Amino acid sequence: MNSRTIKAAAVAAIGFGALTGASAARAQIITGAGASFPAPLYQRWAQAYKQATGQQINYQSIGSSGGVKNITARAVDFGASDGPMTASEMQNAPGVLHIPMVAGAVVLAYNVRGVPEHIKLTGPVIADIYLGAITRWNDPRITALNPGVNFPAANIVPAFRSDGSGTTNIFTNYLSQVSPAFRERVGVGKAVKFPKGIGGKGNESVAALVRQTPGAIGYVELAYAENNKLSYADVQNRKGNFIRPTIAATTTAAEAARLPSDFRLIITNTPAAQGYPIVGYTWILVRRDTKPGVKKFLQWALDEGQKMAAPSGYAPLPANVQKRALAVVNSLQ
Amino acid sequence: MTDRPLQGSVRPKPQKVVAEAAAATEPQPGPARPAVRRVGDTVYGGLTFAASLSIFAIILWIAWKLTEQSLPTIRAYGFRFVTGTEWDEVKGVFGVWPFIFGTLYSSFIALVLAVPISLGAAIFLSELAPRWIRTPVTFLIELLAAIPSVIYGLWGIFILLPFLREKVMQPILNSPLPNLPGVSGMFQGYGVGPSMLAAGVILAIMIIPFITAVSRDILRAIPRAQREASYGMGATQWETIQRVVVPYAKSGIIGAVILGLGRAFGETMAVTMVIGNQTPSNPFALFEPGYTMSSALANKFTEASPGLHTAALIEVGLVLFVVAILVNIVARVLVFYTAKDIQGGR
Repeated sequence: MNSRTIKAAAVAAIGFGALTGASAARAQIITGAGASFPAPLYQRWAQAYKQATGQQINYQSIGSSGGVKNITARAVDFGASDGPMTASEMQNAPGVLHIPMVAGAVVLAYNVRGVPEHIKLTGPVIADIYLGAITRWNDPRITALNPGVNFPAANIVPAFRSDGSGTTNIFTNYLSQVSPAFRERVGVGKAVKFPKGIGGKGNESVAALVRQTPGAIGYVELAYAENNKLSYADVQNRKGNFIRPTIAATTTAAEAARLPSDFRLIITNTPAAQGYPIVGYTWILVRRDTKPGVKKFLQWALDEGQKMAAPSGYAPLPANVQKRALAVVNSLQ
Repeated sequence: MTDRPLQGSVRPKPQKVVAEAAAATEPQPGPARPAVRRVGDTVYGGLTFAASLSIFAIILWIAWKLTEQSLPTIRAYGFRFVTGTEWDEVKGVFGVWPFIFGTLYSSFIALVLAVPISLGAAIFLSELAPRWIRTPVTFLIELLAAIPSVIYGLWGIFILLPFLREKVMQPILNSPLPNLPGVSGMFQGYGVGPSMLAAGVILAIMIIPFITAVSRDILRAIPRAQREASYGMGATQWETIQRVVVPYAKSGIIGAVILGLGRAFGETMAVTMVIGNQTPSNPFALFEPGYTMSSALANKFTEASPGLHTAALIEVGLVLFVVAILVNIVARVLVFYTAKDIQGGR
């Protein structure tokens, strides 16, 4: 029994080591690994691409940091990340390019009995909910935004991602822009310490927590809120308009951002009048000297693949960004 | 513990095998045969020795690797890593005490819930149950042990959490219990589902089959003569169970409980899915979310940035490893002393 206990501890302790080392690819299979946020779309792409060309693509949804680690270590043909690589990460992996693939919206899903779909919230109110400064659904700051809606006196239970995630990065980036208190106390990151609430691992877990918990509010990728039939809020953008998170509003926000030549930019809190404010790109990371097969796949994904984005809940790239991304891919060796 | 009762039956075996082997080779003439056998023996002995040594080597290797990779945080924080109460990646502060406490506390809750049920079930199955109940129930218990933990986690999210919220937490929160002095800290918080209590309950459900199955086997292994002697002295069935059977199996049952505890310590997926993954304001609060070492690893490892953050997580693994070993040593000592108590009776 001794060895069993130790075995259990050992599995818990170092089993994770296996996650970081992806196996070497066979010559004809293209391997990719990284962000979980766009994983459903990438897997559909892989399927469609195999049908179209016979080329097999293996994408492992292991998280953005894993994607960065693997492309740095040349363990995969392409990595994927929801946040741009940091300056120090770029130093370790010279010659890695960021190719934007699609944009996605992070929505605030909620479960409050008797409250209709699409209540209105503002950035500062969301920040104060997550800071624990607003604790009840009938708080005057919420009811003032939603005249005519009868909120119960129930506790607000904020739900967050307990695992490190690009979704959290986009969400905290936005809240830190609109709330100095949030920037001060929580800050921006893939993994942050929320002062209150319940944590779930993965978008699907947060969606399940919101669905199961009366009074809960949680941030998830748009597709997860739709698939789980959760109500989600309209959020006020910088221009003062309350915007419903849709594919169109996501694309509008993405169009308004001026991406630098290396595409590394977080685009929350858009200046566009009709853009949804909590939006981010997701990138594929490739080396300049990548295999010809990877180049072909990326060309396909930026062209044919874009048509599959919207049905999967992601916003296709704005035309100008798509053109620039294709130009970069075409310049790969 | 299971090795002690088994030893008696295993020990004669090698002699028998050797005797049979000798008998088989005897009619074969020529000196080559015994020489070959001797080489075989040496090889066989060497292989089994290497196998047993490899277990030792793997443990040392794990310990060494974990220590080596967590050196950056060991150097940076020293013992404050274990006593620190804040874990904030953004500020670069890493303290694991809430995780250590969460692991111990959730496992303790699990034992408190699981031990009486498992013992009751084991006693019933070994002493009281008629065969037509015993066989299917034993089968079901073993089946329970084979369910993957992610299934327990899903069941936890969709069935257990709503049940605890509606039938346990909200009624207690609305009762005078939270205001009683002494226990007030335990019954505060959201009471919405994901919580330390939920983690304890799911762990209890997961370890019940282990403790039950092992305890039942140990009770079944008690010689008939012990029971018959007790009945012969005029003892009732209850007296026999209480004064003869259970004390005789005590060290084995403690061993079974430790086996369950070991599983509770390391359990990751199911706990992560129901515990709420948040450092609680009051560590004893049953209705508030909590954190364990293994759920922290499951949550944070995949997206850990290289450097101090990764080293800190590997050190969490090291701490879990050390805590598991310490608890096992304590358990071994406990078993040793309880076993000594009854040795005279054997």
